Order: sequence, then C-alpha cells, then structure tokens
Amino acid sequence: MKSLIKEFSKGITVLNPTFGLILGLCPTLAVSTSLFNAVGMGVAATFVLVFSNLIISALRNFIPARIRLPSYIVIIATFVTVCELGIKAYLPGLSKSLGIFIPLIVVNCIIMARAEAFASRNRILPSIFDGLGMGVGFTLGIAIIAFIRELLGSGSIAGIGLLKSNEFILVMILAPGALLTMGLLIALSRLMGLTKR
Amino acid sequence: MRDNLLVSTSPHLHKKESVKMIMWLVTLSLVPSGLAGIFIFGLGALWVMALAVAAAVITEFALQAVTRRKITVLDGSAVLTGLLLAYNLPADVPFWLPVVGAVFSIAIGKQVFGGLGQNIFNPALVGRVFLMASWPKYMTTFVKPMSYDAVTSATPLAALTEGKALENISYLDLFLGNRPGCIGEVCILALLIGAAFLLLRKYISWHIPFSYIFTTGLLSYVFGAKTLFAGDWISHILSGGLVLGAFFMATDYVTSPLTYKGQLVFGIGCGLITVVIRLWGGYPEGVSYAILIMNAATPMIDRYTRPRIYGS
Repeated sequence: MKSLIKEFSKGITVLNPTFGLILGLCPTLAVSTSLFNAVGMGVAATFVLVFSNLIISALRNFIPARIRLPSYIVIIATFVTVCELGIKAYLPGLSKSLGIFIPLIVVNCIIMARAEAFASRNRILPSIFDGLGMGVGFTLGIAIIAFIRELLGSGSIAGIGLLKSNEFILVMILAPGALLTMGLLIALSRLMGLTKR
Repeated sequence: MRDNLLVSTSPHLHKKESVKMIMWLVTLSLVPSGLAGIFIFGLGALWVMALAVAAAVITEFALQAVTRRKITVLDGSAVLTGLLLAYNLPADVPFWLPVVGAVFSIAIGKQVFGGLGQNIFNPALVGRVFLMASWPKYMTTFVKPMSYDAVTSATPLAALTEGKALENISYLDLFLGNRPGCIGEVCILALLIGAAFLLLRKYISWHIPFSYIFTTGLLSYVFGAKTLFAGDWISHILSGGLVLGAFFMATDYVTSPLTYKGQLVFGIGCGLITVVIRLWGGYPEGVSYAILIMNAATPMIDRYTRPRIYGS
C-alpha cells in the first residue's frame, strides 16, 4: 500500500508532468486560458491515462517489443475516442471550447511517456496509481496556470467575473502570457524544492 | 618596498572607462532627446520619464536585495532601461503604465536572467512589447505635438502604412519632431546629437546603426509604393522609432553581436524585419519587434562570425 501511495504522489510532486517532467506542453499552453477549460482538459487526460496504463500494463507480456509504440497508440486512441464522444454527448459546451485538443490527447506525450516508462514494466495496480497520480498532477499544473492567466488576463475565475474594468493584462490570455506564467511557475517550484532541478 | 609589488593577472593595461561610466554617458547622450520630448509634448512627458526611471531603479534594488546579490543600482543600467522605456511610450499614458512596464522590463527582461550582462533581450524593449500586447489602446493613442491639450492624432507611420501620402508634415517637421509619436523618438535632431557624441567617443560603432538605417531606407524605397523604386524612403527613416532604435537600442552591448561582421548582419536583419512589418505586417511600427527578434539571433550570429584564429 505504501508503494502505491508513492506511485500516486510522485506524479503530483517530484515528477509533476507540467513542472517536473515538462511534458504535455501543447495542451498546457493552449487550453489554460480559463480554469473551466483547464480542469476539463485535465480530467479528460487523467481518464485516458488511467485506462491506457491499465490496459498496457495488462498486455505488457503480449505486445511484441518491436511494435509496442503502434500498439500503445491504438490503445490510447480507443480511450481518447471514448472520452471525446462522452464529452460531446454530455458537455457540448466544453467540447466546443476545447475543440481539437481533446482528440489530440492521443499524441499527448505524458500518456506515451507513462506507457513506455512505467506501464510496460510494472504490474497493473501500480500502473493505475501511476496514471492517476500523473493525471492529478497534470490537472493541478494546468489548473494553476489557468487560474493565474484567467485572473490577470480577464479578471475572472472559472468564468465568474470579479472586477468590472477593462485594465486587465491582455497579454496573459495570449500565447506569450502562457509561456511567461509557465516559466515563472517552473522556476518557483524548483526554488521551493517541489520538483528536481 | 615589498608592499609595492602587486601580483595580478592580465590585462595589465586598461582604460579607466568602466561599464558604470559608459552607462551614465549613454544616459547623458539621451538627455537632448528627452528635453525635446518635454518641449514637444509638455510636462506629461517628464512625468512618464520620472515614473519609469524610478520604478526601474526601485525594482532593480528590491530584487537584488531579496535575492541577496550585490546591489548595483548605481551602475546606471536600470536608469538607462527606465529612460529608454519611457522614450518608447506616448506622453499621455495613465501614470501606472510606465511603472508596470519598467517593473516588467527589469524583473522579467533582466533580473530573471541574472542581471546586467546576462539578459538575452533588450530589457526596455521587452517592457514596451509587454505593454503593447497588454494595453494596445494606450500605447497607440498619441498626442498632437505642440498643443499640450491631449488632442489625439495618428502617427505619420500609420498613414504611410495605409499608403496615404503625408499631408501637412514636411521632412523638416519630421526631422525636428513636430509630429505625433512616442516621447523620445520624435526629435531626430536631438537623437543625432546624442548619437554623434556616442560615435565620437567610440562607445558605439557605426556598423549596426548605419546598416540598419541603410537597409530600411533601401527596402522602403524599393517596395514602399505601389510601383517599385518609388517609396518615400526619407519619411520611413525619419518617422517611427527607427533612429532611436538603431542608435540607442540595437547597439546595446549585451544583446548585439561582438564582431563588426556580426554587427552588420544584425543591422541588415533588423532593417529587413522592420520594413516587412511596416509594409506588410499588422502593426504600423516594427522597430522594437525587429530588434528583439535579432536579439534572439545574436548568439547564432556570434557563432558564425567568430574570428578565425590565425593559423588554424
């Protein structure tokens, strides 16, 4: 049990995908313009991570080493399709604002990295906890970035406007603001010793 | 007798000029243009300058104190950054705009990289571009010159970009600064006085400014009008921030190439990007973006223009 908790917590702290491993930057930068989108993206990625880790770990002794990457892609794509159709059916608003980035979870490097580095060498239960930890870590990372960007760039939190003013820092909801926030947060997390140098 | 023997490493001969002295002299060379700005746009310009310089100095001091590094506020580089930022702002911006810009310039443009000599991009331009992207409305509302009552007006460059001929503004007006624009960029005469001082004292070489201005002039002459070779190149050189940028910001020691060959490449690149942005880009002015993009290319230019060691 202790080792399972360790597999779970490392994805949130030392090996945090956003601030520690610096993986999955494309959705992190693109979707973090509002907290609502960011959490939606994080939950979708967590779902795919947990189930792809589960299946890949279960099949790890049957997948030939030479074609393992295409096999992983097929498994990941299956869950991404499930996730995409689910969001389209039940959360059409979120589906519209996330757009292409939900199907693009297929090529999210966090998921490929965990499949290759962890799920293909470990048993099922640790793989599930690894996927869950990585997913929560990614969700937290993207949510923190989105919180800061949304607050400074449009003066609201999760779509709820706080201030009636037009003096917000417009650049924060543009691409440079994403890179700035991300870079400063990585520096801060390393300064505080949360993630490794 | 023994105490008089000093053992030190080379170089044994050096000039008395230090980084500190050069920074203060560059600041001094900017004074005529600032005075011209105050004369043209009124006391609002003085406030913008004072606020930007004060915010830059305080930010530098605070960050160095917090990170427990040597306090180098008196070396003049923060004053210079604040002043250059103010020169790139319109005269009637809200009071917090120069403050926010100067804090961003020093914190993100300079201290994040480790302070003077470590920054990749010109800090003043980083601040300006940040303000431009965040509050474009304030950054592109210009006061009419010599009216002192905040009548807004379009810059000559905006008119040039839209393909209109310049009306009511002669080349002499452009040269003396009788046009709407940023505080420190309008009076070309004052800028040239400062630039001549820097060139004669050899604090800057002619390579970057001349290749930059020549390239901009040539390309705007060739492509600046509907037919080839008919562009109004004199207006293109005299308007916008070209002269300020070419002499005082593109020549920043930290962010420009080391060799003369590299500096020529740098200047030509700046000119090319400026003209492309002015004629075909979304913004009327491209000087700050051109210099920043070439700042990013500086390490690569330095690598390819490194002098060959004799015999190798």
